[in-house]
Amino acid sequence: MLGLKKHDTQLLIIVICLALFAPFLLNPFPADSAMAQFNAGYPDLMQRFAIFGIFAIGFNLLFGLTGYLSFGHAAFLGIGSYSAVWMFKLLGYNIIPGMILSVIVSAFFALLIGYISLRRSGIYFSILTLAFAQMLFAIAYSDLIGRFVGTPITNGETGLQVYNSDPQFFHSAAKPDIPHLFGQKMQSTYTLDVGAWSFDFNFGYYFCALVLIGMFYLAIRIFRSPFGLMLRAVKSNQQRMNYTGLNTKPYTLAVFVISGMYAGLAGGLMASMDPLSGAERMQWTASGEVVLMTILGGAGTLIGPVLGAGFIKYFENIFAKINDNVLHSWFSFLPDGIENFMVTLVHPFVGKGWHLTLGLLFMMVVIFLPGGLVQGAEKIGATFRRKDGKSDDAEAKAAKQRNPAAE
Amino acid sequence: MSFSNLTRRGLIKTSAVAGAGLALPTYLRADGHSGFTNAPTGSTVTLGFNVPQTGPYAEEGLDELRAQELAVQHLNGEGDGGMMNTFSSKALKGNGILGKKVEFVTGDTQTKSDAARASAKAMIEKDGAIMINGGSSSGVAVAVQGLCQEAGVIFMAGLTHSNDTTGKDKKANGFRHFFNGYMSAAALAPVLKNAYGSDRRAYHLTADYTWGWTQQESIAAATEAMGWETVNNVLTPLASTDFSSYIAPVLNSGADVLVLNHYGGNMVNSLTNAIQFDLLNKEVNGKKFEIVVPLYSELMAAGAGKNVQGVIGSMNWNWQLQDEGSKAFVKSFGEKYGRPPSNSAHTCYVQTLLYADACERAGTFNPCGVVEALEDFEFDGLGNGPVLYRGDDHQCFKDVLVMKGKENPSNEYDTLEIVEVTPRAQVEYAPDHPMFAGGELGKCNPGA
Repeated sequence: MLGLKKHDTQLLIIVICLALFAPFLLNPFPADSAMAQFNAGYPDLMQRFAIFGIFAIGFNLLFGLTGYLSFGHAAFLGIGSYSAVWMFKLLGYNIIPGMILSVIVSAFFALLIGYISLRRSGIYFSILTLAFAQMLFAIAYSDLIGRFVGTPITNGETGLQVYNSDPQFFHSAAKPDIPHLFGQKMQSTYTLDVGAWSFDFNFGYYFCALVLIGMFYLAIRIFRSPFGLMLRAVKSNQQRMNYTGLNTKPYTLAVFVISGMYAGLAGGLMASMDPLSGAERMQWTASGEVVLMTILGGAGTLIGPVLGAGFIKYFENIFAKINDNVLHSWFSFLPDGIENFMVTLVHPFVGKGWHLTLGLLFMMVVIFLPGGLVQGAEKIGATFRRKDGKSDDAEAKAAKQRNPAAE
Repeated sequence: MSFSNLTRRGLIKTSAVAGAGLALPTYLRADGHSGFTNAPTGSTVTLGFNVPQTGPYAEEGLDELRAQELAVQHLNGEGDGGMMNTFSSKALKGNGILGKKVEFVTGDTQTKSDAARASAKAMIEKDGAIMINGGSSSGVAVAVQGLCQEAGVIFMAGLTHSNDTTGKDKKANGFRHFFNGYMSAAALAPVLKNAYGSDRRAYHLTADYTWGWTQQESIAAATEAMGWETVNNVLTPLASTDFSSYIAPVLNSGADVLVLNHYGGNMVNSLTNAIQFDLLNKEVNGKKFEIVVPLYSELMAAGAGKNVQGVIGSMNWNWQLQDEGSKAFVKSFGEKYGRPPSNSAHTCYVQTLLYADACERAGTFNPCGVVEALEDFEFDGLGNGPVLYRGDDHQCFKDVLVMKGKENPSNEYDTLEIVEVTPRAQVEYAPDHPMFAGGELGKCNPGA
């Protein structure tokens, strides 16, 4: 289907189903039950799942295929956001110009940074990208360009946002005062109540989901193309490629730019869902996050980064919200002393301490499942499936390829 | 590299998927809401408390959270009722708001605009919060205020001192009880003139975001009007923790006053650095070197310890005030937590009560009704004397306290003393004052 092999078509269909039925899948618990704490099916988080999915897919094109570990990818995310907000400020709240500009501007920056950084490989490449990203972060955080030209460009710590006094050239009173797609508001939500359950269908989310599906499809095509094959060759032995007289630079630069455009698109989408852009989203921690997402899900696999992105965002938003009150209500059936003891025991791992839980899980995944969550799924699948030596499984192979020593 | 062997089955599959994808958004156009965002349907109403629990303002945020919890208790008729008994409006009956029991959810802003928007969004979308209260840091407050305006819920700002919150970034759905940079400057200038004279050279270190910028502008304008000279203004990133490199140049600048437009952890660190450089024992231009911290808080004073002794600043409220409202609040806060409340705790507590009271008086949770009830509302008994919630910009006007670090503190909470209570008339300004110009409230937004 759509020029894909059977296996890839299956993967695409899985992603489509996950994306379209997310409001159901993420809200498995009745809205009034105690377990509703773990429901993740509200618009903001679902949008984040899709947006960071796109971001991680793009990152994986670079890291998974060529092995070049960029440690400054969040810079493109931020650049995309700022571009989109500027389009809202100048042209109006329709998200299309913003998204187009965010991709173009981030491509331009990716070309610039990639051209310089790709002169080196390995750790030096990572450090170069990190340095560029931190420079851009500092510029955005202190609005250095804005100070130079005399008008806010990134608006520093406060974040860039849209004011009523902005020109908004195409804006008219009839159009909504929030980001919209030809009049359809991003935040409009239809809530479906089925018995005790409640499901939110948000327009912004479905827009992100459709973009995610499109970008996932594009990623499959890149993975399976001769271009993708060349990138894999770069990963396995770039020196040998160079000795055969082949110049690999154009290939790596091309994929770096594509990857940057993915990040820019994700940034543009982020601004479209919430028209404010802060500098924090381009800090090095944000760059590290996408590396974690990709490795956690399974670097070099197609669906891995999407899963990893979902996993981390779920932790960040759901576990971080569990406070002591919630813990007390969970353990309230226990006698007082034991209740307090249990709360003290669990406390460091939830709420502010969600990073700790995530860190532990990350360690376990890297140690026991070097191929990421995808490898875990494969292992579970293999336990239940009949042993088939000929099983032609691209995901498992990719996982092995990433880390041959693990076998 | 393309596989164009189109089969009947493949065509059906493809078109089914594409069709479903295209149809869903169309289906979504049927908007299911009526009335206003998160209209409470059951027997409870949910408020969202969005405060920094990590980052440079975490201390303030945690104290705000304590006060908000206390306010919820009092609204639900638990505890001794605190300032509900001294409040001039008697609409609150201690049975929740409009007969609905008050519940609350909390979020961590991390003192970052992005994170604050995300946690506020989660509270509005997931937990059904109808009002967001909190936000130490004006950057966060401005960002969340904008979000609440879009989402159609009320934003009761907590600790935010930037002129912009009710100036160029003001929003119809946002309200601020706390004072602002302009008021601090208006209250501080005469006191500074008395204490340090009218011929001083000031060096400003300023937190690099909306609050720092507007406070620095206000202080510089007010002090220059009485004859001071502003030597330099250096912007420091909010996330900095070491200010030594910013303090060192002060000594060679010829300045004899250092104005620290810093707050929270920033101020504790910069003041400590300044003391390490022994600035306060220096003599410049034949005068003793002085440090001014325009916006003070008990938590900062406690964090900076001995370093604040003799340093002048301003506050919105202090627990040492002796009016009935303050005494009642300090008593119930002290009984619950074993410590006096800070002024950030006070403002959040008061904002929660004011919101509840406005709902009661409006007879609805509809944001537009609440806005109408709060605009030009005059009240008393909440610790600041008679207060006006001005309708033009949703800013409260009340007396401002000028504080000084106590020379001989008797205990760990007794760090500041009240130098002067500046009357409300002295800190008032016109809604179209140049420092506040540029924004407009817009219309109240009840959401979907």
